Amino acid sequence: MMKKIATRDAYGRALARLGGEKADLVVLDADLAKSTKTIDFAKVYPERFFDMGIAEQNLMGTAAGLAAVGKIPFASTFAMFATGRAFEQIRNSIAYPKLNVKIAATHAGITVGEDGASHQTVEDIALMRVLPNMTVIVPADGPETEGAIRWAAEHEGPVYIRLGRLGVPVINDEESYRFTPGKAVTLRQGRDVSLIATGLMVSIALEAAAALAAEAIEAEVLNIHTIKPIDAESILDSAVRTGCVVTAEEHSVIGGLGSAVAEVLGEGQPVPLERVGLKDTFGESGKPDLLLKKYGLTAEAVADAARRAMARKG
Amino acid sequence: MSEAIIQRLEATARQIRRHIIAMTHAAGSGHPGGSLSAADMVTALFFKEMRIDPQNPRWPDRDRFVLGKGHAAPVLYAALAERGFFPAEELKGLRQTGHFLQGHPDMKKVPGVDMSTGSLGQGLSAAVGMALGLRLDKKDARVWALLGDGELQEGQVWEAAMAAAHYKLDKLAIFIDDNGLQIDGPVKEVMSSYPIVDKFRAFGWNVIEIDGHAMPAILEAIERAKAATGRPTCIVAHTVKGKGVSFMEDQVGWHGTAPNAEEAAIALKELQ
Repeated sequence: MMKKIATRDAYGRALARLGGEKADLVVLDADLAKSTKTIDFAKVYPERFFDMGIAEQNLMGTAAGLAAVGKIPFASTFAMFATGRAFEQIRNSIAYPKLNVKIAATHAGITVGEDGASHQTVEDIALMRVLPNMTVIVPADGPETEGAIRWAAEHEGPVYIRLGRLGVPVINDEESYRFTPGKAVTLRQGRDVSLIATGLMVSIALEAAAALAAEAIEAEVLNIHTIKPIDAESILDSAVRTGCVVTAEEHSVIGGLGSAVAEVLGEGQPVPLERVGLKDTFGESGKPDLLLKKYGLTAEAVADAARRAMARKG
Repeated sequence: MSEAIIQRLEATARQIRRHIIAMTHAAGSGHPGGSLSAADMVTALFFKEMRIDPQNPRWPDRDRFVLGKGHAAPVLYAALAERGFFPAEELKGLRQTGHFLQGHPDMKKVPGVDMSTGSLGQGLSAAVGMALGLRLDKKDARVWALLGDGELQEGQVWEAAMAAAHYKLDKLAIFIDDNGLQIDGPVKEVMSSYPIVDKFRAFGWNVIEIDGHAMPAILEAIERAKAATGRPTCIVAHTVKGKGVSFMEDQVGWHGTAPNAEEAAIALKELQ
Protein backbone atom coordinates (compact mmCIF):
# COMPACT_ATOMS: atom_id res chain seq x y z
CA MET A 1 0.00 0.00 0.00
CA MET A 2 1.36 3.34 -1.09
CA LYS A 3 1.78 6.01 1.57
CA LYS A 4 -1.11 8.47 1.59
CA ILE A 5 -1.41 12.04 2.77
CA ALA A 6 -4.08 14.67 2.18
CA THR A 7 -2.82 17.75 0.36
CA ARG A 8 -4.43 19.89 3.09
CA ASP A 9 -2.16 18.19 5.65
CA ALA A 10 0.88 18.98 3.53
CA TYR A 11 -0.38 22.57 3.30
CA GLY A 12 -0.56 23.00 7.08
CA ARG A 13 2.90 21.54 7.45
CA ALA A 14 4.32 23.78 4.72
CA LEU A 15 2.80 26.90 6.29
CA ALA A 16 4.27 26.11 9.70
CA ARG A 17 7.70 25.64 8.12
CA LEU A 18 7.51 28.75 5.96
CA GLY A 19 6.32 30.90 8.85
CA GLY A 20 9.79 30.72 10.39
CA GLU A 21 11.46 31.72 7.14
CA LYS A 22 9.14 34.51 6.05
CA ALA A 23 8.31 37.14 8.62
CA ASP A 24 5.76 38.77 6.30
CA LEU A 25 3.73 35.61 5.81
CA VAL A 26 0.29 35.85 7.42
CA VAL A 27 -2.57 33.36 7.37
CA LEU A 28 -6.31 33.97 7.36
CA ASP A 29 -9.11 31.47 7.77
CA ALA A 30 -12.89 31.49 7.96
CA ASP A 31 -13.62 29.40 11.04
CA LEU A 32 -12.21 26.24 9.48
CA ALA A 33 -8.63 26.28 10.73
CA LYS A 34 -8.78 22.72 12.03
CA SER A 35 -10.13 21.44 8.72
CA THR A 36 -7.95 23.51 6.40
CA LYS A 37 -4.96 22.78 8.66
CA THR A 38 -4.02 26.43 9.00
CA ILE A 39 -4.19 25.58 12.71
CA ASP A 40 -0.64 24.21 12.28
CA PHE A 41 0.50 27.76 11.54
CA ALA A 42 -1.80 29.41 14.08
CA LYS A 43 -0.28 27.34 16.90
CA VAL A 44 3.24 28.51 16.14
CA TYR A 45 2.57 32.07 14.99
CA PRO A 46 -0.67 33.17 16.63
CA GLU A 47 0.06 36.88 16.11
CA ARG A 48 0.21 36.34 12.35
CA PHE A 49 -2.95 34.26 12.14
CA PHE A 50 -6.34 35.90 11.69
CA ASP A 51 -9.55 33.98 12.01
CA MET A 52 -12.04 36.14 10.13
CA GLY A 53 -15.04 34.11 11.17
CA ILE A 54 -17.70 32.81 8.83
CA ALA A 55 -17.32 35.73 6.41
CA GLU A 56 -15.57 34.76 3.20
CA GLN A 57 -16.06 38.03 1.34
CA ASN A 58 -14.34 39.95 4.11
CA LEU A 59 -11.70 37.21 4.34
CA MET A 60 -10.65 37.91 0.75
CA GLY A 61 -10.91 41.69 1.09
CA THR A 62 -8.85 41.69 4.28
CA ALA A 63 -6.23 39.52 2.59
CA ALA A 64 -6.10 42.09 -0.21
CA GLY A 65 -5.55 44.89 2.32
CA LEU A 66 -2.78 42.94 4.04
CA ALA A 67 -1.09 42.39 0.68
CA ALA A 68 -1.44 46.10 -0.10
CA VAL A 69 0.76 46.90 2.91
CA GLY A 70 3.40 44.32 2.03
CA LYS A 71 2.26 41.15 3.74
CA ILE A 72 2.10 37.73 2.07
CA PRO A 73 -1.37 36.52 3.03
CA PHE A 74 -2.52 32.94 2.65
CA ALA A 75 -6.32 32.97 2.75
CA SER A 76 -7.92 29.61 3.39
CA THR A 77 -11.35 28.10 3.56
CA PHE A 78 -13.25 25.38 1.73
CA ALA A 79 -12.83 25.74 -2.04
CA MET A 80 -16.57 26.05 -2.54
CA PHE A 81 -16.85 29.18 -0.42
CA ALA A 82 -13.46 30.63 -1.32
CA THR A 83 -14.11 30.68 -5.04
CA GLY A 84 -17.89 30.70 -5.21
CA ARG A 85 -19.06 32.95 -2.43
CA ALA A 86 -16.18 35.38 -2.68
CA PHE A 87 -15.65 35.25 -6.43
CA GLU A 88 -16.21 38.91 -7.05
CA GLN A 89 -14.03 39.89 -4.10
CA ILE A 90 -11.24 37.78 -5.57
CA ARG A 91 -11.83 39.35 -8.98
CA ASN A 92 -12.01 43.00 -7.97
CA SER A 93 -9.96 43.21 -4.77
CA ILE A 94 -7.22 40.66 -5.61
CA ALA A 95 -6.88 39.73 -9.28
CA TYR A 96 -7.58 43.11 -10.86
CA PRO A 97 -5.08 45.03 -8.68
CA LYS A 98 -2.75 41.99 -8.91
CA LEU A 99 -2.28 41.86 -5.16
CA ASN A 100 0.03 39.30 -3.59
CA VAL A 101 -2.68 37.07 -2.10
CA LYS A 102 -2.47 33.27 -2.01
CA ILE A 103 -5.81 31.54 -1.89
CA ALA A 104 -5.22 28.02 -0.61
CA ALA A 105 -8.59 26.31 -0.72
CA THR A 106 -9.20 22.88 0.73
CA HIS A 107 -12.02 20.34 0.44
CA ALA A 108 -12.21 20.78 -3.31
CA GLY A 109 -14.01 18.33 -5.56
CA ILE A 110 -16.40 15.56 -4.61
CA THR A 111 -14.04 13.77 -2.24
CA VAL A 112 -15.10 16.08 0.58
CA GLY A 113 -17.70 13.32 0.61
CA GLU A 114 -20.59 13.13 3.01
CA ASP A 115 -21.30 16.85 3.24
CA GLY A 116 -22.73 16.61 -0.25
CA ALA A 117 -23.24 18.94 -3.17
CA SER A 118 -23.37 22.22 -1.21
CA HIS A 119 -19.80 21.65 -0.04
CA GLN A 120 -18.34 19.97 -3.12
CA THR A 121 -16.95 22.37 -5.66
CA VAL A 122 -16.48 21.10 -9.18
CA GLU A 123 -16.38 24.62 -10.66
CA ASP A 124 -13.49 26.31 -8.85
CA ILE A 125 -10.80 25.66 -11.44
CA ALA A 126 -13.04 27.21 -14.08
CA LEU A 127 -13.77 30.24 -11.90
CA MET A 128 -10.14 30.91 -11.06
CA ARG A 129 -8.76 30.10 -14.51
CA VAL A 130 -10.85 32.80 -16.16
CA LEU A 131 -9.36 35.57 -14.01
CA PRO A 132 -6.51 37.62 -15.49
CA ASN A 133 -3.37 37.71 -13.29
CA MET A 134 -4.37 34.51 -11.46
CA THR A 135 -2.09 31.47 -11.32
CA VAL A 136 -3.98 28.21 -10.74
CA ILE A 137 -2.26 25.23 -9.14
CA VAL A 138 -3.68 21.79 -8.35
CA PRO A 139 -1.06 19.65 -6.59
CA ALA A 140 -1.21 15.91 -7.06
CA ASP A 141 0.22 14.88 -3.70
CA GLY A 142 1.87 16.00 -0.48
CA PRO A 143 5.38 16.78 -1.74
CA GLU A 144 3.95 18.70 -4.68
CA THR A 145 1.74 20.68 -2.31
CA GLU A 146 4.72 21.65 -0.18
CA GLY A 147 6.66 22.69 -3.26
CA ALA A 148 3.73 24.69 -4.61
CA ILE A 149 3.14 26.50 -1.32
CA ARG A 150 6.82 27.36 -1.05
CA TRP A 151 6.83 28.68 -4.62
CA ALA A 152 3.62 30.66 -4.07
CA ALA A 153 5.14 32.37 -1.04
CA GLU A 154 8.07 33.51 -3.18
CA HIS A 155 6.03 34.48 -6.23
CA GLU A 156 4.69 38.05 -6.42
CA GLY A 157 1.03 37.96 -7.45
CA PRO A 158 -2.27 36.17 -6.89
CA VAL A 159 -2.19 32.36 -6.74
CA TYR A 160 -5.02 29.86 -6.31
CA ILE A 161 -4.01 26.48 -4.89
CA ARG A 162 -6.63 23.72 -4.91
CA LEU A 163 -6.31 21.21 -2.10
CA GLY A 164 -8.23 18.13 -1.00
CA ARG A 165 -9.59 16.61 2.16
CA LEU A 166 -8.92 13.00 1.27
CA GLY A 167 -5.59 11.25 1.72
CA VAL A 168 -3.99 10.65 -1.69
CA PRO A 169 -1.00 8.48 -2.65
CA VAL A 170 2.42 10.10 -2.47
CA ILE A 171 3.77 9.77 -6.00
CA ASN A 172 6.63 12.25 -5.81
CA ASP A 173 9.78 11.77 -3.77
CA GLU A 174 9.56 13.77 -0.57
CA GLU A 175 13.27 14.58 -0.53
CA SER A 176 14.08 15.27 -4.13
CA TYR A 177 10.88 16.68 -5.66
CA ARG A 178 11.21 20.21 -7.01
CA PHE A 179 8.06 22.10 -8.00
CA THR A 180 8.48 23.99 -11.25
CA PRO A 181 5.50 26.27 -11.89
CA GLY A 182 3.85 25.99 -15.27
CA LYS A 183 5.78 22.85 -16.20
CA ALA A 184 4.01 19.56 -16.77
CA VAL A 185 5.61 16.53 -15.15
CA THR A 186 5.89 13.48 -17.39
CA LEU A 187 5.43 10.58 -15.01
CA ARG A 188 5.39 7.87 -17.61
CA GLN A 189 6.32 7.82 -21.25
CA GLY A 190 4.25 6.12 -23.93
CA ARG A 191 3.43 6.30 -27.61
CA ASP A 192 -0.24 5.27 -27.84
CA VAL A 193 -2.23 7.76 -25.79
CA SER A 194 -1.60 10.76 -23.54
CA LEU A 195 -3.25 10.70 -20.14
CA ILE A 196 -3.25 14.29 -18.91
CA ALA A 197 -4.37 14.56 -15.31
CA THR A 198 -4.45 16.94 -12.39
CA GLY A 199 -4.83 16.64 -8.62
CA LEU A 200 -5.87 13.30 -7.21
CA MET A 201 -6.61 12.02 -10.72
CA VAL A 202 -2.86 11.90 -11.41
CA SER A 203 -2.35 8.79 -9.30
CA ILE A 204 -5.51 7.31 -10.80
CA ALA A 205 -4.17 7.99 -14.30
CA LEU A 206 -0.98 6.18 -13.32
CA GLU A 207 -3.09 3.19 -12.27
CA ALA A 208 -4.92 3.33 -15.58
CA ALA A 209 -1.61 3.42 -17.45
CA ALA A 210 -0.45 0.33 -15.59
CA ALA A 211 -3.68 -1.48 -16.49
CA LEU A 212 -3.35 -0.44 -20.14
CA ALA A 213 0.25 -1.68 -20.21
CA ALA A 214 -1.07 -5.16 -19.49
CA GLU A 215 -2.90 -4.89 -22.82
CA ALA A 216 0.29 -3.67 -24.52
CA ILE A 217 -1.06 -0.12 -24.71
CA GLU A 218 1.68 2.36 -23.87
CA ALA A 219 0.11 5.38 -22.20
CA GLU A 220 2.00 8.56 -21.47
CA VAL A 221 1.04 10.21 -18.18
CA LEU A 222 1.35 13.96 -17.69
CA ASN A 223 0.76 15.65 -14.39
CA ILE A 224 -0.56 19.17 -15.02
CA HIS A 225 -0.14 20.73 -11.57
CA THR A 226 -0.33 24.24 -13.00
CA ILE A 227 -3.61 24.69 -14.83
CA LYS A 228 -2.77 28.31 -15.56
CA PRO A 229 -0.47 29.18 -17.15
CA ILE A 230 -0.79 25.78 -18.77
CA ASP A 231 2.20 24.01 -20.30
CA ALA A 232 0.93 24.03 -23.90
CA GLU A 233 4.30 22.94 -25.22
CA SER A 234 4.38 19.68 -23.26
CA ILE A 235 0.74 18.94 -24.06
CA LEU A 236 1.23 19.49 -27.79
CA ASP A 237 4.47 17.59 -27.81
CA SER A 238 2.82 14.60 -26.18
CA ALA A 239 -0.27 14.81 -28.42
CA VAL A 240 1.91 14.86 -31.55
CA ARG A 241 3.68 11.69 -30.43
CA THR A 242 0.65 9.71 -29.21
CA GLY A 243 -2.06 11.08 -31.50
CA CYS A 244 -4.83 11.12 -28.89
CA VAL A 245 -5.48 12.56 -25.45
CA VAL A 246 -7.50 11.81 -22.31
CA THR A 247 -7.89 14.41 -19.59
CA ALA A 248 -8.79 13.48 -16.02
CA GLU A 249 -9.88 15.81 -13.24
CA GLU A 250 -12.03 15.85 -10.12
CA HIS A 251 -13.92 18.82 -11.53
CA SER A 252 -16.54 19.54 -14.13
CA VAL A 253 -15.37 18.78 -17.65
CA ILE A 254 -16.67 22.26 -18.44
CA GLY A 255 -14.12 24.95 -17.75
CA GLY A 256 -11.42 22.98 -15.99
CA LEU A 257 -8.40 20.96 -17.13
CA GLY A 258 -10.35 19.25 -19.92
CA SER A 259 -11.39 22.57 -21.37
CA ALA A 260 -7.91 24.03 -20.99
CA VAL A 261 -6.35 21.08 -22.82
CA ALA A 262 -9.08 21.24 -25.50
CA GLU A 263 -8.16 24.88 -26.09
CA VAL A 264 -4.49 23.99 -26.46
CA LEU A 265 -5.18 21.07 -28.80
CA GLY A 266 -7.81 22.94 -30.80
CA GLU A 267 -5.40 25.75 -31.51
CA GLY A 268 -2.24 23.70 -31.93
CA GLN A 269 -2.77 20.04 -32.71
CA PRO A 270 -6.34 18.81 -33.07
CA VAL A 271 -6.38 15.15 -32.02
CA PRO A 272 -9.14 12.95 -30.55
CA LEU A 273 -9.82 14.05 -26.97
CA GLU A 274 -11.82 12.31 -24.25
CA ARG A 275 -12.52 14.16 -21.01
CA VAL A 276 -12.91 12.33 -17.72
CA GLY A 277 -14.55 14.45 -15.03
CA LEU A 278 -17.98 15.41 -13.79
CA LYS A 279 -20.32 15.57 -16.75
CA ASP A 280 -22.20 18.78 -16.03
CA THR A 281 -23.58 17.51 -12.76
CA PHE A 282 -23.48 18.32 -9.05
CA GLY A 283 -22.23 15.68 -6.67
CA GLU A 284 -24.03 14.09 -3.72
CA SER A 285 -23.35 12.77 -0.23
CA GLY A 286 -21.39 9.59 0.20
CA LYS A 287 -18.04 8.02 0.91
CA PRO A 288 -15.32 9.53 -1.28
CA ASP A 289 -14.31 6.27 -2.94
CA LEU A 290 -17.91 5.42 -3.78
CA LEU A 291 -18.46 8.90 -5.19
CA LEU A 292 -15.35 8.60 -7.35
CA LYS A 293 -16.80 5.37 -8.69
CA LYS A 294 -20.27 6.77 -9.20
CA TYR A 295 -19.05 9.79 -11.15
CA GLY A 296 -16.61 7.81 -13.26
CA LEU A 297 -13.37 9.05 -11.73
CA THR A 298 -11.61 5.68 -11.60
CA ALA A 299 -8.67 3.98 -13.26
CA GLU A 300 -11.11 1.82 -15.22
CA ALA A 301 -12.96 4.90 -16.50
CA VAL A 302 -9.69 6.55 -17.53
CA ALA A 303 -8.57 3.35 -19.29
CA ASP A 304 -11.92 3.12 -21.09
CA ALA A 305 -11.56 6.71 -22.20
CA ALA A 306 -8.05 5.90 -23.47
CA ARG A 307 -9.40 3.03 -25.57
CA ARG A 308 -12.14 5.30 -26.98
CA ALA A 309 -9.61 7.98 -27.82
CA MET A 310 -7.32 5.48 -29.52
CA ALA A 311 -10.23 4.09 -31.54
CA ARG A 312 -10.90 7.58 -32.88
CA LYS A 313 -7.36 8.01 -34.20
CA GLY A 314 -7.26 8.25 -37.98
CA MET B 1 -8.30 75.46 14.76
CA SER B 2 -7.30 78.81 13.33
CA GLU B 3 -9.72 80.63 11.07
CA ALA B 4 -7.00 80.93 8.44
CA ILE B 5 -6.58 77.17 8.19
CA ILE B 6 -10.35 76.68 7.93
CA GLN B 7 -10.58 79.25 5.17
CA ARG B 8 -7.67 77.72 3.29
CA LEU B 9 -9.30 74.27 3.45
CA GLU B 10 -12.67 75.64 2.35
CA ALA B 11 -11.01 77.29 -0.62
CA THR B 12 -9.30 74.01 -1.48
CA ALA B 13 -12.62 72.16 -1.26
CA ARG B 14 -14.11 74.70 -3.72
CA GLN B 15 -11.20 74.12 -6.07
CA ILE B 16 -11.72 70.36 -5.82
CA ARG B 17 -15.41 70.83 -6.62
CA ARG B 18 -14.44 72.85 -9.70
CA HIS B 19 -12.17 70.02 -10.80
CA ILE B 20 -15.04 67.54 -10.31
CA ILE B 21 -17.31 69.56 -12.57
CA ALA B 22 -14.63 70.16 -15.19
CA MET B 23 -13.44 66.57 -15.39
CA THR B 24 -16.85 64.92 -15.49
CA HIS B 25 -17.88 67.41 -18.15
CA ALA B 26 -14.73 66.62 -20.15
CA ALA B 27 -15.34 62.89 -19.75
CA GLY B 28 -18.99 63.16 -20.69
CA SER B 29 -19.70 60.63 -17.93
CA GLY B 30 -18.93 59.99 -14.29
CA HIS B 31 -20.42 60.65 -10.88
CA PRO B 32 -20.52 64.30 -9.85
CA GLY B 33 -23.23 64.08 -7.16
CA GLY B 34 -21.48 61.78 -4.71
CA SER B 35 -18.11 63.35 -5.48
CA LEU B 36 -19.34 66.82 -4.53
CA SER B 37 -20.90 65.53 -1.30
CA ALA B 38 -17.59 64.01 -0.21
CA ALA B 39 -15.38 66.97 -1.17
CA ASP B 40 -15.07 68.58 2.27
CA MET B 41 -14.13 65.34 4.04
CA VAL B 42 -11.62 64.38 1.37
CA THR B 43 -10.11 67.86 1.52
CA ALA B 44 -9.73 67.69 5.30
CA LEU B 45 -7.94 64.34 5.02
CA PHE B 46 -5.65 65.11 2.10
CA PHE B 47 -4.80 68.71 2.96
CA LYS B 48 -4.72 68.69 6.72
CA GLU B 49 -4.61 65.26 8.23
CA MET B 50 -2.92 62.53 6.27
CA ARG B 51 0.81 61.95 6.28
CA ILE B 52 1.49 61.35 2.62
CA ASP B 53 4.26 62.33 0.24
CA PRO B 54 3.42 63.18 -3.37
CA GLN B 55 7.09 62.67 -4.27
CA ASN B 56 7.00 59.18 -2.80
CA PRO B 57 3.47 57.84 -3.24
CA ARG B 58 4.43 54.36 -2.04
CA TRP B 59 6.19 55.57 1.12
CA PRO B 60 5.63 52.57 3.43
CA ASP B 61 4.93 54.70 6.52
CA ARG B 62 2.22 56.81 4.89
CA ASP B 63 -1.37 56.99 6.04
CA ARG B 64 -3.76 55.10 3.76
CA PHE B 65 -7.02 56.16 2.19
CA VAL B 66 -9.60 53.79 0.72
CA LEU B 67 -12.50 55.16 -1.28
CA GLY B 68 -15.18 52.54 -0.68
CA LYS B 69 -17.60 54.36 -2.94
CA GLY B 70 -15.21 54.15 -5.84
CA HIS B 71 -17.60 55.86 -8.25
CA ALA B 72 -16.68 59.09 -6.46
CA ALA B 73 -13.25 58.74 -8.08
CA PRO B 74 -13.37 62.37 -9.34
CA VAL B 75 -13.10 63.75 -5.80
CA LEU B 76 -10.12 61.52 -5.09
CA TYR B 77 -8.39 62.33 -8.36
CA ALA B 78 -8.97 66.05 -7.83
CA ALA B 79 -7.48 65.87 -4.33
CA LEU B 80 -4.46 63.89 -5.53
CA ALA B 81 -3.85 66.33 -8.39
CA GLU B 82 -4.17 69.39 -6.12
CA ARG B 83 -1.88 67.70 -3.62
CA GLY B 84 0.76 67.25 -6.32
CA PHE B 85 0.64 63.53 -7.08
CA PHE B 86 0.18 64.30 -10.78
CA PRO B 87 -0.50 67.45 -12.86
CA ALA B 88 -4.04 68.83 -12.66
CA GLU B 89 -3.86 68.93 -16.45
CA GLU B 90 -4.35 65.15 -16.43
CA LEU B 91 -7.79 65.39 -14.85
CA LYS B 92 -9.37 66.01 -18.21
CA GLY B 93 -8.20 62.55 -19.26
CA LEU B 94 -10.70 60.96 -16.87
CA ARG B 95 -12.36 57.87 -18.35
CA GLN B 96 -10.54 58.19 -21.66
CA THR B 97 -9.12 55.09 -23.35
CA GLY B 98 -5.43 54.75 -22.57
CA HIS B 99 -5.47 57.32 -19.79
CA PHE B 100 -4.49 56.35 -16.25
CA LEU B 101 -7.55 57.94 -14.62
CA GLN B 102 -9.96 55.01 -14.83
CA GLY B 103 -13.68 55.38 -14.14
CA HIS B 104 -13.07 53.85 -10.72
CA PRO B 105 -9.80 54.09 -8.73
CA ASP B 106 -6.99 51.80 -9.88
CA MET B 107 -4.08 51.51 -7.43
CA LYS B 108 -1.74 50.19 -10.09
CA LYS B 109 -2.31 53.12 -12.43
CA VAL B 110 -2.84 56.22 -10.29
CA PRO B 111 -0.11 57.47 -7.95
CA GLY B 112 -1.61 58.06 -4.51
CA VAL B 113 -4.43 55.56 -4.84
CA ASP B 114 -3.92 52.97 -2.11
CA MET B 115 -6.62 50.49 -3.13
CA SER B 116 -8.53 49.69 -6.29
CA THR B 117 -12.22 50.07 -5.56
CA GLY B 118 -15.50 50.50 -7.32
CA SER B 119 -17.33 47.33 -6.52
CA LEU B 120 -19.28 48.62 -3.53
CA GLY B 121 -18.74 47.04 -0.15
CA GLN B 122 -15.18 45.84 -0.73
CA GLY B 123 -13.23 48.89 0.43
CA LEU B 124 -13.72 48.54 4.17
CA SER B 125 -12.38 44.97 4.11
CA ALA B 126 -9.21 46.18 2.42
CA ALA B 127 -8.91 48.95 5.02
CA VAL B 128 -9.21 46.31 7.76
CA GLY B 129 -6.41 44.31 6.16
CA MET B 130 -4.24 47.40 5.88
CA ALA B 131 -4.79 48.30 9.52
CA LEU B 132 -3.97 44.75 10.62
CA GLY B 133 -0.81 44.68 8.52
CA LEU B 134 0.41 48.11 9.63
CA ARG B 135 -0.16 47.15 13.25
CA LEU B 136 1.85 43.95 12.80
CA ASP B 137 4.70 46.11 11.53
CA LYS B 138 4.26 48.47 14.49
CA LYS B 139 3.80 51.40 12.15
CA ASP B 140 2.21 54.57 13.35
CA ALA B 141 0.24 54.99 10.12
CA ARG B 142 -3.54 55.39 10.09
CA VAL B 143 -6.08 54.03 7.67
CA TRP B 144 -8.98 56.19 6.52
CA ALA B 145 -11.89 55.06 4.39
CA LEU B 146 -14.91 56.79 2.95
CA LEU B 147 -18.10 54.83 2.33
CA GLY B 148 -21.46 55.78 0.92
CA ASP B 149 -24.71 55.37 2.80
CA GLY B 150 -26.08 53.28 -0.06
CA GLU B 151 -22.92 51.20 0.04
CA LEU B 152 -23.87 50.07 3.54
CA GLN B 153 -26.47 47.84 1.89
CA GLU B 154 -23.68 45.46 0.89
CA GLY B 155 -23.37 42.67 3.46
CA GLN B 156 -19.60 42.63 3.21
CA VAL B 157 -19.49 46.06 4.88
CA TRP B 158 -20.90 44.51 8.03
CA GLU B 159 -18.54 41.55 7.89
CA ALA B 160 -15.71 44.08 7.80
CA ALA B 161 -17.28 46.27 10.49
CA MET B 162 -17.50 43.22 12.74
CA ALA B 163 -13.86 42.32 12.08
CA ALA B 164 -12.58 45.88 12.65
CA ALA B 165 -14.18 45.98 16.09
CA HIS B 166 -13.18 42.40 16.90
CA TYR B 167 -9.54 43.17 16.15
CA LYS B 168 -9.76 46.53 17.98
CA LEU B 169 -8.44 48.50 15.02
CA ASP B 170 -8.19 51.94 16.58
CA LYS B 171 -5.96 53.25 13.80
CA LEU B 172 -8.85 52.74 11.40
CA ALA B 173 -11.50 55.38 10.93
CA ILE B 174 -14.16 55.77 8.30
CA PHE B 175 -16.43 58.49 7.03
CA ILE B 176 -19.94 57.62 5.93
CA ASP B 177 -21.00 60.09 3.25
CA ASP B 178 -24.64 60.14 4.33
CA ASN B 179 -26.12 62.10 1.44
CA GLY B 180 -29.34 60.09 1.51
CA LEU B 181 -29.54 59.31 -2.21
CA GLN B 182 -28.66 56.33 -4.37
CA ILE B 183 -29.24 55.60 -8.06
CA ASP B 184 -32.83 54.45 -7.76
CA GLY B 185 -33.89 57.15 -5.32
CA PRO B 186 -33.68 58.06 -1.64
CA VAL B 187 -31.77 55.48 0.42
CA LYS B 188 -34.71 55.43 2.84
CA GLU B 189 -37.02 54.31 0.04
CA VAL B 190 -34.76 51.97 -1.92
CA MET B 191 -33.34 50.00 1.02
CA SER B 192 -32.90 51.88 4.23
CA SER B 193 -29.42 51.65 5.73
CA TYR B 194 -30.61 53.62 8.76
CA PRO B 195 -30.10 54.06 11.63
CA ILE B 196 -26.42 54.13 10.68
CA VAL B 197 -25.20 55.50 14.01
CA ASP B 198 -26.93 52.81 16.04
CA LYS B 199 -25.74 50.05 13.75
CA PHE B 200 -22.05 50.95 13.99
CA ARG B 201 -22.38 51.54 17.72
CA ALA B 202 -23.91 48.08 18.12
CA PHE B 203 -21.01 46.64 16.15
CA GLY B 204 -18.62 48.09 18.75
CA TRP B 205 -17.42 51.21 16.97
CA ASN B 206 -16.76 54.68 18.32
CA VAL B 207 -19.36 56.72 16.42
CA ILE B 208 -19.36 60.45 15.78
CA GLU B 209 -22.12 62.31 13.97
CA ILE B 210 -21.35 65.54 12.14
CA ASP B 211 -22.36 67.94 9.40
CA GLY B 212 -20.15 66.69 6.59
CA HIS B 213 -19.85 70.11 5.03
CA ALA B 214 -18.76 72.00 8.17
CA MET B 215 -14.96 72.05 8.01
CA PRO B 216 -14.43 72.72 11.75
CA ALA B 217 -16.73 69.79 12.60
CA ILE B 218 -14.87 67.49 10.19
CA LEU B 219 -11.50 68.46 11.66
CA GLU B 220 -12.76 67.98 15.20
CA ALA B 221 -14.19 64.55 14.33
CA ILE B 222 -10.83 63.54 12.89
CA GLU B 223 -9.14 64.50 16.16
CA ARG B 224 -11.69 62.54 18.17
CA ALA B 225 -11.20 59.51 15.92
CA LYS B 226 -7.45 59.68 16.55
CA ALA B 227 -8.02 59.86 20.29
CA ALA B 228 -10.12 56.69 20.36
CA THR B 229 -8.41 53.62 21.76
CA GLY B 230 -9.34 49.99 21.44
CA ARG B 231 -11.94 50.46 18.74
CA PRO B 232 -12.36 51.86 15.24
CA THR B 233 -14.20 55.10 14.60
CA CYS B 234 -17.10 55.78 12.27
CA ILE B 235 -17.85 59.39 11.42
CA VAL B 236 -21.38 59.60 10.12
CA ALA B 237 -21.34 62.75 8.04
CA HIS B 238 -24.63 64.26 6.99
CA THR B 239 -24.11 65.66 3.54
CA VAL B 240 -25.96 66.93 0.50
CA LYS B 241 -25.51 65.12 -2.78
CA GLY B 242 -24.28 67.58 -5.41
CA LYS B 243 -23.22 70.04 -2.68
CA GLY B 244 -22.07 73.41 -3.98
CA VAL B 245 -23.93 73.41 -7.27
CA SER B 246 -27.46 74.73 -6.83
CA PHE B 247 -29.15 72.65 -9.50
CA MET B 248 -27.35 69.46 -8.50
CA GLU B 249 -28.02 69.64 -4.76
CA ASP B 250 -30.14 66.80 -3.44
CA GLN B 251 -31.06 65.70 -6.96
CA VAL B 252 -30.89 61.96 -7.52
CA GLY B 253 -30.47 62.50 -11.26
CA TRP B 254 -26.95 63.85 -10.72
CA HIS B 255 -25.66 60.57 -9.28
CA GLY B 256 -24.13 59.43 -12.52
CA THR B 257 -24.76 62.15 -15.06
CA ALA B 258 -22.09 64.52 -16.34
CA PRO B 259 -22.87 68.21 -16.83
CA ASN B 260 -22.99 69.50 -20.39
CA ALA B 261 -21.09 72.63 -21.38
CA GLU B 262 -23.81 75.04 -20.32
CA GLU B 263 -24.42 73.28 -17.00
CA ALA B 264 -20.68 73.06 -16.32
CA ALA B 265 -20.28 76.80 -16.93
CA ILE B 266 -23.06 77.65 -14.48
CA ALA B 267 -21.67 75.22 -11.91
CA LEU B 268 -18.13 76.58 -12.20
CA LYS B 269 -19.45 80.10 -11.75
CA GLU B 270 -21.29 79.09 -8.60
CA LEU B 271 -18.14 77.49 -7.27
CA GLN B 272 -16.00 80.62 -7.64
